[in-house]
Amino acid sequence: MKRRSGRKLAMLVMMTFVLSILAGCGGGGSETQDEQINVGINVELSGGVASYGTNSKDGMMLAIEQINAAGGVLGKQLNPIIKDCKSLPDEAMSVSANLVGEGIVAQLGPLTSGNVQGSTSVMMDNGIPLVAPAATAVNVTVDEKTGDIMDYIFRVCFIDPFQGTLMAEFASTNLEAKNAAIYMDASSDYGKGLAKYFKETFEANGGTIVTEEGFVKGDRDFKATLTKIKGHNPDFIYIPGYYEEAAPLIKQAREMGITAPIGGTDGWDSSDMVAVATAENLNNTYFTNHYSSQDTDPQIVAFVEAYKAKYNGKDPDSFAALGYDAVQLLVQAINDANSTEPEAITAALATIKDFQGITGKMTIDEQHNPVKAGVIIEFKDGGQVMKARIQP
Amino acid sequence: MPLPLLKEVAIMLEFSQQLINGLSLGAIYALIALGYTMVYGIILLINFAHGDIMMVGAFVGFYSITLLGSNIVAAMIFAMIACAILGVVIEKIAYRPLRNSTRIAALITAIGMSLFLEYATIFLLGPQQKVFPQSAFPLQQYEIMGLLITNKDIFIIVSAVVLMIILQFIIKQTKTGKAMRAVSVDREAAVLMGISVDKTISITFAIGSALAAAAGVMIGVYYNTVNPLMGIIPGLKAFVAAVLGGIGLIPGAMVGGFVLGILETFVSGYGSSLYRDAVAFGVLILILLIKPTGLLGKNTGEKV
Repeated sequence: MKRRSGRKLAMLVMMTFVLSILAGCGGGGSETQDEQINVGINVELSGGVASYGTNSKDGMMLAIEQINAAGGVLGKQLNPIIKDCKSLPDEAMSVSANLVGEGIVAQLGPLTSGNVQGSTSVMMDNGIPLVAPAATAVNVTVDEKTGDIMDYIFRVCFIDPFQGTLMAEFASTNLEAKNAAIYMDASSDYGKGLAKYFKETFEANGGTIVTEEGFVKGDRDFKATLTKIKGHNPDFIYIPGYYEEAAPLIKQAREMGITAPIGGTDGWDSSDMVAVATAENLNNTYFTNHYSSQDTDPQIVAFVEAYKAKYNGKDPDSFAALGYDAVQLLVQAINDANSTEPEAITAALATIKDFQGITGKMTIDEQHNPVKAGVIIEFKDGGQVMKARIQP
Repeated sequence: MPLPLLKEVAIMLEFSQQLINGLSLGAIYALIALGYTMVYGIILLINFAHGDIMMVGAFVGFYSITLLGSNIVAAMIFAMIACAILGVVIEKIAYRPLRNSTRIAALITAIGMSLFLEYATIFLLGPQQKVFPQSAFPLQQYEIMGLLITNKDIFIIVSAVVLMIILQFIIKQTKTGKAMRAVSVDREAAVLMGISVDKTISITFAIGSALAAAAGVMIGVYYNTVNPLMGIIPGLKAFVAAVLGGIGLIPGAMVGGFVLGILETFVSGYGSSLYRDAVAFGVLILILLIKPTGLLGKNTGEKV
């Protein structure tokens, strides 16, 4: 009879459903932590900002390898557990939950501020610290509405108020720009925050912002707005955003005949920029960044050499360097705490002083942010050249 | 600019420049919208997988340029053939079995097919965007009376117009076109007239998908990159364009495409770029409230 077999089928489907959910729940109890220290690496290995996550992971793995080869931490080897958060905050959240289930003592990454915020609730609920290599938005470590510090979230990079101000200073002082246009990534706190800080400093220096425009993640056509910006004829154009959109934007701007200098942010640091925008179009563009691989500081030189040796001559970008520093910072905290308990590590992270990373000397302040220098990089014929290094 | 322009001349120039931007964008939307509208006209299905067929076309074009070294026109033809076949196959395995089911079943299948195409591409080719080599389509700029037109703009607008003229010819002057029009008016009567409905529907899908593939190759060349999820937003916008012009009407898709492209460009250029997408989808809501049959649509009631 149709009805009866229909009911039986429904029962079968329900049972399968329930069983598969239960099977999924039980998964991965804590591994024994006696022999090794589980470190979760939750980074963007695919999606819009895959180059950040991939390069950062490479930097982290280099550091972990070096540390393990030298005997590990507190006599135990570091065990990295790497997962891809696909450049999506929702995925970052589920990856963190997964990693916590596998018994990590700390998480490194994700890279972008939005994706770190995806992980934050899981870390806070479980009391596991997160060290963000490159998330620069202010509200990653501080809840902007209440002013509360996120107890378990730390970072090794500078924050956007510093970054936006840096570029504004460079534009008004070095490039002598009197008026500027801002064309920001309006779909992220990163882009909006940086635009705000740039505007504040630029106007404080006597400049005028002729127009503020926005694009959203995934956009590829910027011509209408660029035509409008061209009409204003600004001395300088500020593009705070990620390389996925910045690269085609710069290409279209140059093809349209916009010759003004263009400035950007650490989100521009990717080989995809040159691939998509082309070396010629990138001339006369600058961006703020965490470090330069051409710095002659001996610590940086040693890092670059080791990285190139391990990764077939690939030059380490700032995300690789920050990933490296994130591992080192975590290890410093474990050593200071003399424990692998997440709570102890968190307490140690909050009080780190004068940690010498390759991206600079860092002291973690009350808002879990390091106070450190930034650099201005210029694109010259497809290569990155360090233009200036600026202390806060 | 050698001489300082009069304010009026500058405004005129900017307006014309934006018009060109809008026409290129509109041409692309129109080509994709044509596929939506043809399929809707003939089997009353909104083929949500259409944007992803466009994406497949872009990828085929990309690989034929980079692996086979073909020029842009050959790549486009190649992509069009590949996607015509893909469209026919999709119709046969996913939509034909549901032809006598409820419309919602076919709609859900279309959404499923869209997701399948996207994630199959991610699985097979990786989720990263792929970049066209610079040599594929060297940029040439022409300055006519202060307006900057690139060879890409010309290529897109001209190709789109040519394809639309060919389409109009097929629909109006050939027997196949007559069969397509007959099936879209009354399917059962068409069967009685001896028209092979299955074959006609397959041809419709083939043509619609070929046009989407052409649009895909144009997008790939224009923006220099292709990625597996590139079909989602243009697909949605083209759907809006098709509804705007009058879903099921071929001239409607063309008009809707150009109107939407120009509207978006002018909102970005003269209003705020932040509202561009809001306006595009706001237009969809407006047209459905005010004139659901679209700008060119006629208010024909249900034929009993």
